[in-house]
Amino acid sequence: MIRHAISNLNGWLAILAIVLSSCAGDVLLSRGMKQIGDLGALRRKRGLIFVFLLVSRNRYFLLGVGCMAFSFYSLLFGLSWNDVSLVGPAAASLTFVANAIAARFFLHERVDRRRWAAALFVAAGVVLMAF
Amino acid sequence: MTLRKYLVMAGVSVFAPVGDSLLSYGMKQVGNIPIRRISELLLAIANPWIALGVLFLLAFFASYMTALSWADLTYVLPASSLGYILLALIARFALHENISVMRWLGIVLVSAGVGFVTTGPELTRKPPRRRSGGDVAVQRP
Repeated sequence: MIRHAISNLNGWLAILAIVLSSCAGDVLLSRGMKQIGDLGALRRKRGLIFVFLLVSRNRYFLLGVGCMAFSFYSLLFGLSWNDVSLVGPAAASLTFVANAIAARFFLHERVDRRRWAAALFVAAGVVLMAF
Repeated sequence: MTLRKYLVMAGVSVFAPVGDSLLSYGMKQVGNIPIRRISELLLAIANPWIALGVLFLLAFFASYMTALSWADLTYVLPASSLGYILLALIARFALHENISVMRWLGIVLVSAGVGFVTTGPELTRKPPRRRSGGDVAVQRP
């Protein structure tokens, strides 16, 4: 009984960690890429190696990749405590909603009704696809 | 949205599920790795399916970064969830897995979400920021 509760708690803690870190990672990566500008146009103008160096030296990009790595290990931790059918969809769908909120406040994106609907529909769809 | 941008979005949606499927297939061949032999995880890359899966995931990351360089995060993420639908269709028609009614309903919801977001603009246009202490138009020698 207690063992089951601990396993559940650890599973949900892992889900929280995945959602927060992957959301932070996405926001940081997005900000870094916006700072650099259109990668396709840059590659045509300055070449692939230039773009590669530019991206790999961007502070937001490096922090974002760090967050993504943390999120990956949280996922592995979560999978060791709970079922993939709970952790996977729960983390993925909550991340969609958290990202919409974070993009609104940290990236100042215009999250209109259409985008809210998209985030909620995709989140609900991901949960249903787990059944 | 130009054709090139649609191709990049297609890359984001296609490379991730294909890469994940390849990793899953490869790891089934490698078998369970107990925690005290965790270093064997590094050798898993020698499996050709896993190596191919990693290549696909690298391609996914490159197209994801490219998409984020010209589109909003709240546009790229729902649009890239087309991959979930693709994965379900591969499972149904290539791997002949059974797909429950709930899962079909999930596919419909995800498709609706993708439809919603892709009919709108891909980037929030921000008014150009004026530099403090001077007019932008003034040219300095």
